[in-house]
Amino acid sequence: MHKFLIRSFVSSLVLLFTLTVAAIAKDVKAAFVYIGPTGDHGWTYQHDVGRKAVEAAGFKTTYVEGVPESADAERVLRQLANSGHDIIFTTSFGYMNPTNKVAKEFPNVKFEHATGYKREHPNVSTYAARFYEGRTILGTIAGTMTKSNVIGYVASFPIPEVIRGINSFTLAAQKVNPNIKTKIVWAFTWYDPGKEAEAAKALIDQGADVIAQHTDSTAIVQMAEKAGVYAFGQASDMDKFAPKAVLTSVENNWGPYYVDRVKAVANGTWNQKDTWHGIGDGMVVISGLDSQMPGDLQAKVKKLQADLASGKVHSFTGPIYDQKGNLMVAEGKTADDGMLAGMMTYVKGVEGDIPK
Amino acid sequence: MIIDINFIGLIIASIMASAVPLILASCGELITERSGVLNLGVEGMMIIGAISGFALMTVTGSLIIAIFGAMLAGVLISTIFAFLTQTLITNHVATGLALTIFGIGISAMIGKNFVGIPGKEFPVLFEGLKNTIPLLGPILFGHSIVFYFAFALPFITSYFLKKTKIGLIVRAVGDSPESASNQGINVRLVRYACILYGGAMSGLAGAYLSMIYTPQWIENMTGGRGWIALALVVFSTWNPIKILIGAMIFGGLTIIQFHMQAIGVRIPVQFLTALPYIVTIIVLVVISRDSRKIRLSTPSSLGKSFHKDN
Repeated sequence: MHKFLIRSFVSSLVLLFTLTVAAIAKDVKAAFVYIGPTGDHGWTYQHDVGRKAVEAAGFKTTYVEGVPESADAERVLRQLANSGHDIIFTTSFGYMNPTNKVAKEFPNVKFEHATGYKREHPNVSTYAARFYEGRTILGTIAGTMTKSNVIGYVASFPIPEVIRGINSFTLAAQKVNPNIKTKIVWAFTWYDPGKEAEAAKALIDQGADVIAQHTDSTAIVQMAEKAGVYAFGQASDMDKFAPKAVLTSVENNWGPYYVDRVKAVANGTWNQKDTWHGIGDGMVVISGLDSQMPGDLQAKVKKLQADLASGKVHSFTGPIYDQKGNLMVAEGKTADDGMLAGMMTYVKGVEGDIPK
Repeated sequence: MIIDINFIGLIIASIMASAVPLILASCGELITERSGVLNLGVEGMMIIGAISGFALMTVTGSLIIAIFGAMLAGVLISTIFAFLTQTLITNHVATGLALTIFGIGISAMIGKNFVGIPGKEFPVLFEGLKNTIPLLGPILFGHSIVFYFAFALPFITSYFLKKTKIGLIVRAVGDSPESASNQGINVRLVRYACILYGGAMSGLAGAYLSMIYTPQWIENMTGGRGWIALALVVFSTWNPIKILIGAMIFGGLTIIQFHMQAIGVRIPVQFLTALPYIVTIIVLVVISRDSRKIRLSTPSSLGKSFHKDN
């Protein structure tokens, strides 16, 4: 009897200990709010890859997909905050106001809003990736590989993020090939494979022999493969969809940041931040370079990648002129983050107008 | 900007390719509606066809199994609709909407394992003849079998409805199920068959998208084309040839507006993107002004449940 008591006492101690350890390590629950389905193989898919990294690090996660950027977002956020989540990632620009509104009601829950700029309460952080750095690399490749000097660009919506990408891409392409023209087609969708393919086809029919995209599906690289022109993967490595067409892809890599932030909540070191990471911090990743690219171009790209990472090269280094020839960035200067965040004018060399 | 004759041929060919899913789904829905059943589940049946086709192609590796499997999947899901509306006499509109929501949901669920897998190349016919005739070469040759079927379908449908006995029965059931029933026609059976046929065509339209047009699976990839197909049926006043015209105008303007953007035409892009919707409706309204003909081709008991007392 005595022995039994001791044994049960010891085992309950062990159990208690395990539970406490488990509680310390696993107690933090993270939630993710997605604009699209996790099956889009683009924007939301990559966020979900990041969520899985958090899960792999030993934390519990929840996600809600296909949440409209409306009052519905507030309801979803409130629900998640109410149900014991400690940190909530809202992964689309349009969640900016709902995130800040709900954050006020739940001061003990941490909120992380992607691609936004409002941090109205101490428990709201924002984060984004410098995708334009990746587009500097794509532009360099496109400008070198094009033979027709016409580069097609399928764009989604006229917002600073997309305009910045077009500009960064065009500036880099012009640097290696002053004769290129960037033709933009607005698809007005983030993903609709049919429409994206049609937009790419139109550009190819008009003589573009390299196609870049700022929409999410793999339809464009497949269309490029069919037509025998070059293309670049968006958000994830799209090489297997079009092995001949895809020269490289720019990948969104959210995992390290997510794990970092959830760990910070677990350790009690979370603080409000505005994060804008690029190639240097590994949030923007360049996939393997295709062997069709000549060796000297590959070497150039590798060097550019290293220089962008170290900050030696900036995507927006002056002199930069807008379409009308007005100076945007003076010689020797680089565009500051404020200018980049609100960029709504094309640089010289881009054809057409920004839809208003 | 090069405007040569082959360039125009290429544009027309891409317009026709984009019209294929609309023609298939619309012609299927047309038969369903001519039998008096309004099935708003086209989008749902299409997306089920898209995932079934893609999944079967990936798993079995056989394109034939995949294409027929997609049609069968369309048939199966429309059987649910048929059972509910014809046997349990539920409301057509509500059941059809539910079918769409169900289709989108279940396709996403099945599709989870098929995201990020590249599709297979679908064989095209007469590829070698493409450059033999200027202008017509790219239009006539080098397309998939589904493409040719889609462009024959409106004419087959028109012939079927006007000239065959079964076509007459379908129309009779759609116009006056009571009289048809009194003539000894099994109204429920005819309507079942028409619903299932509509499902098969929607399934094929979906498979065309996921296997031929943009060979990949992503959620919601039909992107509202089912709704456009439904609208085409109504605006064409249940005339298969006008469906063909409407689908070509819609597909055509979608593609031409991209070309206009690429050329740099200074028209607001938002207007250009709205253009296909506006012009398709206007054209179809204008070509279907004859109210006598509309009355003739409109199934008069469309969407009304038929309950046989016996």
